[in-house]
Amino acid sequence: MVMMVTQLFIKHVLQFHKSSVRKGTSFHLAIFCCSILFAASTSTAASEVAINKKQSSYELMTSENKAMQDDPSLNPAMFWVAEGESLWQTKSGPKNIACASCHGEAKKSMRGVATQFPKMIKGKLQTLEGQINQCRSTTQGEPALAYESKELLALTAYIAIQSKGMPIAVKETPANQGQLKKGQQWFQERMGQLNLSCAQCHEDRAGLKLGGSLIPQGHPNAYPIYRLEWQTLGSVQRRLRNCMSGVRAQQFEYGSPEMAQLELFLMWRARGMPLEAPGVRP
Amino acid sequence: MNMKFDGPQKMHRRTWMQQLQKLTLLALGAYFMPSIALAKKEDADEAIKQITDGAKIQEGRVTLTIPPLVENGNLVVLKVSVDSPMTAADYVKVIHVIAEGNPLPNIFTAYLTPRSGTANITTRVRLADSQRVWAIVQMSNGSFWQGSAETLVTLSACTEMV
Amino acid sequence: MSKTSRTQVTVPATAKKNSIIEIRAIVQHDMESGFRYTESGKLIPRDIIRVFTCSYNEVEVFKADFYPGIGANPLIIFTTIATESGTMEFKWLGDDGYAAVHQARITVS
Repeated sequence: MVMMVTQLFIKHVLQFHKSSVRKGTSFHLAIFCCSILFAASTSTAASEVAINKKQSSYELMTSENKAMQDDPSLNPAMFWVAEGESLWQTKSGPKNIACASCHGEAKKSMRGVATQFPKMIKGKLQTLEGQINQCRSTTQGEPALAYESKELLALTAYIAIQSKGMPIAVKETPANQGQLKKGQQWFQERMGQLNLSCAQCHEDRAGLKLGGSLIPQGHPNAYPIYRLEWQTLGSVQRRLRNCMSGVRAQQFEYGSPEMAQLELFLMWRARGMPLEAPGVRP
Repeated sequence: MNMKFDGPQKMHRRTWMQQLQKLTLLALGAYFMPSIALAKKEDADEAIKQITDGAKIQEGRVTLTIPPLVENGNLVVLKVSVDSPMTAADYVKVIHVIAEGNPLPNIFTAYLTPRSGTANITTRVRLADSQRVWAIVQMSNGSFWQGSAETLVTLSACTEMV
Repeated sequence: MSKTSRTQVTVPATAKKNSIIEIRAIVQHDMESGFRYTESGKLIPRDIIRVFTCSYNEVEVFKADFYPGIGANPLIIFTTIATESGTMEFKWLGDDGYAAVHQARITVS
């Protein structure tokens, strides 16, 4: 009798998911059901994706959303790029200097830069946002910009677009080896109430469906992105926090060493893929 | 259904099982499909009636295009295209876009002139749920024409909401 | 007090007389629908762009009313006939004193 009711329940959950009215309800029920199935399996892959098998989640989007990313006259992220261009020239701080004062034309000085982050600088693992803030505080004498603030996103977008189309160039080095290994551990470790690791969805089950959506490989090759879900531009760290919220895990803090390590591993994993920044994602 | 009549006891159990099925269906239905959905279609019909003032709406000439499957309902490309010579004697005056499944039925209204050249409009809209969307078009001669499109709206994976 | 934001308009700089030209106009605006709640359960008030107009040498050739159902950073693509050289003015007006204007020159031969 219990079996029959359970079967009925699952059947109707899957049916009602197609016409879900309340945001998130059916999706999370589907996740719950799937986590029961995942419970027994463990990740056996080394989390290394061969370059010819790497797939950007761009490929999983509808043609309308692809066009939104590709056409600057349609991509809302361009507003943040314009803001970044303006900030690049804006003098501020006690020394009254702008980014341009030291770095000149971003088109020249920032070309290729975004494909190299996160990287070890003076013994510290820095993300692009972290380095922007480092420059601001030590050189400009200005307070650090808050994560997901308009200004930090604008500068990140402006710098990232200078590397648009260039291959991600994060390599394993003696300097970043330890941090990279930590990042890989985060990627493979189960977390959250749903007890899932990144690898279980984005390695073992990439290309399969979860709750009506195709599971992407999860490469950070388009950041910062205009995420339709956020209705605004956001960083890779914001997206990773969403992933962790998806498995009901304690989210890493913005700018934390764990975040930087995971970001480093993901960029290394995506090496060779062209940078699509600023991207559009659903 | 081949029902074997095994006696009053077993018959009673089968009926109880069927009733439990119906109850489960009812409970799940009430939980997943609140009556708000029905009210929105009425609001849409009311909004359309306000536009036409009860006048007859003809089918045809109006093509409304939205993707049949939408990954995220926050930004959906919507195109309206009306077959019209767009001359001073015969042009599209107003295009109304009405949603059947949004909190508010009206999404946008476009006012055209003989200087418009075409009656092709593209914008990006919010769709709260899978639904039918209507384009109600008023011509310069006062006639009303309509077109519609239906879409399935899915949810993004891993959001901020828990 | 008037608030404003960035706009981007794509319109050809030159056109043949009486040809039909496509115009794309996008503006940076959250289009707060008035149906969202904060984490503490408080309703976020509606704050949207209400009207978009396109004037061609001071003659209004296109107008659109926006409602909360228009997506954030609203885009509108429409056409107009390139009648003469001059200035096209695009105006967005919205809640809380919002106003944005963008001008573009067009040469028609």
